[in-house]
Amino acid sequence: MASSTAIRPGVTPHSYQSSWGTRISRFFGRVASHVVLLLGSAVFALPFIWMVSTSLKSDRQIFAWPPVWIPNPMVWGNYPAVFDYAPLHKYFLNTMVIASAQVLGAIITCSLAAYAFSRVRAPGRDVIFTVMISQMMIPGVVTLVPLYILFAKLEWIDTFLPLTIPALLGSPFYIFMLRQFFLTLPMELEEAALIDGASRLRVWWTIILPLSKPAIATVAIFSFMFAWNDFTGPLIFLNSRNKFTLSLGLQAFMFERRTLWGPLMAASTMMITPILVVFFLAQKHFIQGIALTGMKG
Amino acid sequence: MTDKQPRHRLSLAAREAITCYLFLLPWAIGFLLFVIGPILASLALSFMRYDVVTAPRFIGLGNFRDMFLADKRFTMSMGNTAYYVFFYVPLHLLVALGLALLLNQKVRGIPIYRTLFYIPSIVPIVAGSILWVWILQPEWGLINSLLGIVGIKGPLWLASLQWSKPSLIMMALWGSGSAMIICLAGLQGVPQHLYEAAEIDGANRWQRFRNITLPMLSPTLFFMLILGVIGSFQVFTTAYVMTGGGPAESTLFYMLYLYRRAFVFLDMGYAAAMAWILFVIVLALTLVQFRLANRWVYYEAEQR
Repeated sequence: MASSTAIRPGVTPHSYQSSWGTRISRFFGRVASHVVLLLGSAVFALPFIWMVSTSLKSDRQIFAWPPVWIPNPMVWGNYPAVFDYAPLHKYFLNTMVIASAQVLGAIITCSLAAYAFSRVRAPGRDVIFTVMISQMMIPGVVTLVPLYILFAKLEWIDTFLPLTIPALLGSPFYIFMLRQFFLTLPMELEEAALIDGASRLRVWWTIILPLSKPAIATVAIFSFMFAWNDFTGPLIFLNSRNKFTLSLGLQAFMFERRTLWGPLMAASTMMITPILVVFFLAQKHFIQGIALTGMKG
Repeated sequence: MTDKQPRHRLSLAAREAITCYLFLLPWAIGFLLFVIGPILASLALSFMRYDVVTAPRFIGLGNFRDMFLADKRFTMSMGNTAYYVFFYVPLHLLVALGLALLLNQKVRGIPIYRTLFYIPSIVPIVAGSILWVWILQPEWGLINSLLGIVGIKGPLWLASLQWSKPSLIMMALWGSGSAMIICLAGLQGVPQHLYEAAEIDGANRWQRFRNITLPMLSPTLFFMLILGVIGSFQVFTTAYVMTGGGPAESTLFYMLYLYRRAFVFLDMGYAAAMAWILFVIVLALTLVQFRLANRWVYYEAEQR
């Protein structure tokens, strides 16, 4: 159990003699911690329970007082009803196309650049790295208007190109994450391969990438999540319904049918579920990824 | 082509350098094309009037003059955003740190609690916004229903002038989980022997927190503060989805107003000027924070 989680609870020293007084206060301290933790998790979890509960209610139960927690009977009709207002399957496909391109960019382009930044020497490389780090600090809004104009001139508006091409060229956040990881890899294998005459490209593909599966997975998940959640990009660059992503489609649904709480909650549930599945399958990578970027920042 | 001569004639270092540059090339192209170019174009645009259809016209400082002297919405959106940043950023740090401290104890079930606290932060922002509109719904929403049970008549939340901004802040705080994980990682990087030594010296809980935990965690908190300010100045999606800037423009945040000027009114020059003002503000605040950092951020001596 402990080995599967990246972060362990802190260890308090127990090696010295403790008196009855401290033991009792420690016991109450522990009870208090549990109470606070339970209350806290209730606050964080209730919105989800409420969402799923609402998605399974008929209108009569949705507008009941006092609130009903467990719907009786459970109404599944809200889920198919969503598709009458918002073609989620279409939105899902669009989102997947965009997300795939972003994940691909994160894995290929970013890891190449990260490899160069961490292992391949060149004059000026570290200056370039500093430039890239400052790129992360630039608020996205500064580039927004000219990017729109540029994409309009290229006739890219209302296509997936503005959401995929820049991402395919790499993003500093993922390059930075991967570089931090590559720096920790042992040099021996790589050196042996280079002496045998392997090119850098070959070393990257046959040695570095296979050795970095956990980091690659983390970056892939992060970029997938970003694409899945992104709202501003699709809002600005996409216009027609059949090109909408899930975020955009859900927002349009909400905007037009503000009172259809059952189907709205069903739609939200359907959008959140894949993220939760990814999270539970790859919990370790989430925690590691955040810790990696957070700590070394 | 200068590459006529056989490869092995190039020195090893030169070949390494060329490889390095080639590997960096895609990012560099993207950086020049989609970041540096647009930033400069944005600066140029901020001195122009441009509606995409007709050719841009140079108007000097006209946009900036309008902004500060004539445009009430600009001032209002700035005020709303300042309110949001001022309350959200410190509260966000407090919640993240508080949760991390709670989770850094030796009690049963920590992995479950950690998961529960973390999950809201990965919820897609649009789905989360829709969920919170329903939770904050004045008549049948979760919060006012619960308040009703204990006999309190809850406010109108998103529909109320006083409560609209606090509602959005509350919802954003619900997503403090990833900051909590960063804090937790920081807490677990604090060497245990420091606490042991302090405990033997008779330091109580508060003293240990004040003199060990906080200084050791200060680089992490500083990092989160910097990112928090940059991020919250650009608050957009929750307001766009949940309130559309209302009621009475009480949630018209800077980014929302900028978005409207650019993409609803096609006032590209004005929007670019607004973006630059925001850029300068955020940059100035970041620099000030770096200046103030040596007063409270503690870096271990062994660091580079």
